[in-house]
Amino acid sequence: MYDVAIIGAGVVGSAIARELSKLCGNFCVLEREEDVCCGTSKANSAIIHAGFDAVPGTKKAALNVRGNAMMDALAKDLDIPFRRNGSLVVCTGEEDRGTLETLMERGQKNGVPGLRIVERDELLSMEPNLNDDVICALFAPTGGIVCPFDMTMGFAENACINGVSFFLDTEVTGIEKKADGYSLLTRRTDTKASETIDAKIIVNAAGIYADVFHNMVSESKLHITPRKGEYLLLDKDAGTHVSHTVFQLPSKMGKGVLVTPTIPGNLLVGPTAADVPDREAVNTTQAGLDFVAKTAGRSVKNIPLRQVITSFAGLRAHEDGDDFIIGEAADAPGFIDAAGIESPGLTSAPAIGELVAEIIRKKLSLRENPAFVPVRKGVLRPETLSMEERNRLIAEHPEYGNIICRCEMISEGEIMDAIHRPLGARSLDGVKRRTRAGMGRCQAGFCTPRTMEILEREVPMSIFDITKNGFGGTIIVGQSKEA
Amino acid sequence: MKYYDLVIVGGGPAGLAAAVSARDCGIEDILILERDNELGGILNQCIHNGFGLHTFKEELTGPEYAARFIDQVTECGIDCKLHTMVMDISVDTETGSSRKKVTAMNRTDGMFEISAAAVILAMGCRERSRGALNIPGFRPAGIFSAGTAQRLVNMEGYMPGREVVILGSGDIGLIMARRMTLEGAKVKVVAELMPYSGGLKRNIVQCLDDFGIPLKLSHTVIDIEGKHQVSAVTIAEVGADRKPIPGTEERYTCDTLLLSCGLIPENELSKGAGVALSPVTFGPVVNDSLETSIEGVFACGNVLHVHDLVDYVSQEAAAAGKHAADYIRHGNKKHAKTIEIHSTDGVRYTVPKYIRPTEMSDTLTVRFRVGDVYKNCSIAVYFDDTCVSRRKRPVMAPGEMEQIILEKKKLGEYPDIGSITIRIEEEGGNLL
Repeated sequence: MYDVAIIGAGVVGSAIARELSKLCGNFCVLEREEDVCCGTSKANSAIIHAGFDAVPGTKKAALNVRGNAMMDALAKDLDIPFRRNGSLVVCTGEEDRGTLETLMERGQKNGVPGLRIVERDELLSMEPNLNDDVICALFAPTGGIVCPFDMTMGFAENACINGVSFFLDTEVTGIEKKADGYSLLTRRTDTKASETIDAKIIVNAAGIYADVFHNMVSESKLHITPRKGEYLLLDKDAGTHVSHTVFQLPSKMGKGVLVTPTIPGNLLVGPTAADVPDREAVNTTQAGLDFVAKTAGRSVKNIPLRQVITSFAGLRAHEDGDDFIIGEAADAPGFIDAAGIESPGLTSAPAIGELVAEIIRKKLSLRENPAFVPVRKGVLRPETLSMEERNRLIAEHPEYGNIICRCEMISEGEIMDAIHRPLGARSLDGVKRRTRAGMGRCQAGFCTPRTMEILEREVPMSIFDITKNGFGGTIIVGQSKEA
Repeated sequence: MKYYDLVIVGGGPAGLAAAVSARDCGIEDILILERDNELGGILNQCIHNGFGLHTFKEELTGPEYAARFIDQVTECGIDCKLHTMVMDISVDTETGSSRKKVTAMNRTDGMFEISAAAVILAMGCRERSRGALNIPGFRPAGIFSAGTAQRLVNMEGYMPGREVVILGSGDIGLIMARRMTLEGAKVKVVAELMPYSGGLKRNIVQCLDDFGIPLKLSHTVIDIEGKHQVSAVTIAEVGADRKPIPGTEERYTCDTLLLSCGLIPENELSKGAGVALSPVTFGPVVNDSLETSIEGVFACGNVLHVHDLVDYVSQEAAAAGKHAADYIRHGNKKHAKTIEIHSTDGVRYTVPKYIRPTEMSDTLTVRFRVGDVYKNCSIAVYFDDTCVSRRKRPVMAPGEMEQIILEKKKLGEYPDIGSITIRIEEEGGNLL
C-alpha cells in the first residue's frame, strides 16, 4: 500500500510529488498519458505571473505570489530555464486608466513587489513595438517566462530520483473507499491490463478531469468546464518583437490576448477563452486562430504573423467557484484535491506542492527524508558551452557533434540524454518537449525519421511502436512493398 | 583554422555542379560541406524518373542524376566533409581581409572553423509545414510533409499510412500521390488552395490522372480529426478570397495527411551572415554573377529560388561556380555600373535582380515565375521605356519557371539605360 497516490503527472501532480519526496514515505503518481506534462501543463502561456490579476484573499492570489517568489531557487535547483522579463498590462484609452489603477491596487494587496504605472514615453522606450495608441501600462518586474516542459520535467524527474514511482499509460477508472484509505482501479492504456493500487491518501491533480475523480468520492460536487485557449507560435526571427510579456487590459473590447517572448526565443500570441463541452478538445479552430491574429494587434503593432510556425490549444480547468480547490474533501477523509487549477496554475504549482505536502505530512506524521537530493540537471545544451568545452564533449561523446534537428540545432547526444534520463522520452513529442528537436520552423519535417531511428536504437523499441504522443498513434503503419 | 579558396555549403545538385564548375575554371582548393551522410541531397529520395532531360538528353532517376555529378566530384578529387553541419558563416575579422569564416561541426572533428576566399550557398529548401499553413484541428500522428513521407517510403522502406489525403499540388505531393498508390495505399483526393496547380503539368497527368486520383482546385483542409492518430480530414471549397465557403465541406476518413504546399529556401545561415534576402523568393538577392549582397558569397539552386527542374539548378550552379572562380582569381568588380531588373505585371521576381552591363557574360539567363495562369500572353522586356523583345507563350503558370536571355551586346547599344523591366502583356502589347 502506498502512503500517497497522486492522480495526474502534470505540473501540479509533479510539484506535489517532488515536495512529498522530501518526506519519508511510499508515493506514486498515476498518469493516463505516455509521458508527464501532457495535458494543460504543456499547452499554456508559459508565464510566471506576478500576481496582480487574482482577487485578494483567494487561493489563486496567495499561491500565485508565493509560487512566483519560489521560482528563483527552484530554477536553480531543478535547472529550469526561467527569466524575469517583466510583465506589462497596456492601456490604450484614458477611460481605462482607472481599471489599470485598480489592477495595481489589487496587486499591491496581494503583495506583488515593485508594481508601478509607466507612462507613454518610458513605456515606448521599454517596448518600442507597442501599439501607437498606448497611453500607459502597469509594469510588474517580477513577471517572468518559463519553459513549462522543463518545469514539469524538473519536478517529476527530481521526484523520481528521490523515490516516487511513476506509472505512465495508466488511467484511473474508479476509486473505492476502504477502511484505511482508497483503492484506485486502473487500466493500462496500451495493454488494457487492469490493476488495483491502494493508498492511504489520494491526491487529485487530474486537471481537466479533477471533478470526475472528486465526484467519485464526495457528495459535495465540483464542476469543471474545459475552457479552451488557442495560441499562435512564431518563428525565432520574430522572438525579439517584444521583450516583456505584454497583456491587454480587460476592456469593453474583451479580455484580449497576450504577446510574449518564450524561453527558447520564439514569440507566443494568445490565448482565446472559449468554454467547450469536450474534455479532449485540444484542437485549434479557424475562428480561434483568426481571433488571436486579429486581437494581438491591439497592444503590439506589426506582429509578423507570416512567421507563424505552429498553433496549438490547451484546456483550462475552470471550476464554477472560480478559485483553486485545494485541501481534503470534507466528506472524504484522505482525499485531497488540487482541483480547478487554471491560470495562474503554472506559477502557483510550486506553492500548491508545498501546501499539499504539508497537509499530508501532518495527516500521516511523515518524517523528513534525510536522503533527499534537491537538485536535478536538465538535458545538457551544448549551445551554452564554449567551443573548447563543446569540443571536449564531442571528443568524449561524438553524438554531440551530430545535428539531428537542423532548425533548433539539436544533436543526437541531447536526444539520447532525453531518452536515458529518469522518466525518459519514448515518443516523438517526448523527445521534442525535452530537447526542442522538432519544435523549430520546419516542425519536425526533417528530423522525424532520424529521431525515430534514435528512439528505436536507444530505448530500444520497435520502430513500428513509436508514436507521436502515445495511445497507439504510430508514425508508420508498416513496411513499404519493397522493404 | 583550415584555409580553402572555395567552401560550398551543401552537397546536393546545386553544390555538386558548382564544385565541378569551379574546378573546371581552375580552382583547386574546394571543400564541400554536406550535412547528410552522402552527397546528392534530396535527389537521393527522388527515385522516380524524369530528371536530366535537358542536361543529359535522357531520363534519369534522382539518384542516377546525382551520381553523374558525384562521380565528377570524386574524379576531380574535390574535398567533401559529410555528416557535417555548418553552424555559422561570417566575415573573417581575424585576417582583416574579405575572407569568410565558416564554422561547422561533425562527430569526428568537433566544432571547427574554415577560412574561405569565397563561399557558395547551396543549402536547398525546406517544405512549408502544417503550422505555417495555419490549418486548424488536432495535432496527431499521420500529418507529414510530402518530402518526409517520400523519405520514409523510398529510403527507409516504411509506410506512413494506408488512406491518404493530400493538400497542395506541388510536385512532391503529386509524385507522392502516385508513390503511395503504387505502394498499395488509397489516395482519396488532392486538394489545392489555388485555382491552378503548383506542380508541373506532366506530373498532374502521370501521377494523378493516370491513377484516377481527383484533384480539387480551390479547395483546402479546414479540419483535422484524431487526437493521437489522424482519423479524418475535412476539406472545403474556397472563394476568390481563398476563404472556405460554408456548405461545401467534404469529410474524408483517412489516417494520413500529406502536405505539399510550397518550398521555402533555407536561408538561416545566409541571414546570420547578413546576406540580403528577397521578400518574394526568400532567397538571397543576387547580381548577374549570382553574388549576394556580401562580396564573395554566391548562391545557387533552391536556396536562391525554388526551381521546377533540377537541370536548371545544375545550369545555375555551374554559373555560380564559374563566377566564384572569377572572384577568387580577380577579385570583385565593385565599381561596375549596376542596374536593376524590375518585375511587374505578373512577373513575381527575377533571378538575378541586378546586372552589371559591362561585367556580365555574353548571354545571361534571367529566370522567374509568374503569379497566375496566363494564356496567349507575351513576356516583354523593356530597357527603360523601350520594348526590346516580346515573346509569345501559349501558357504560363506559377508551377513552371520562365526565362529570358539578355545579351551583353544588345545592352551595349543602350549605354545610358537606367533599368530593365520584365512583364507579362496581353496580345497587342496591352498591359494586364
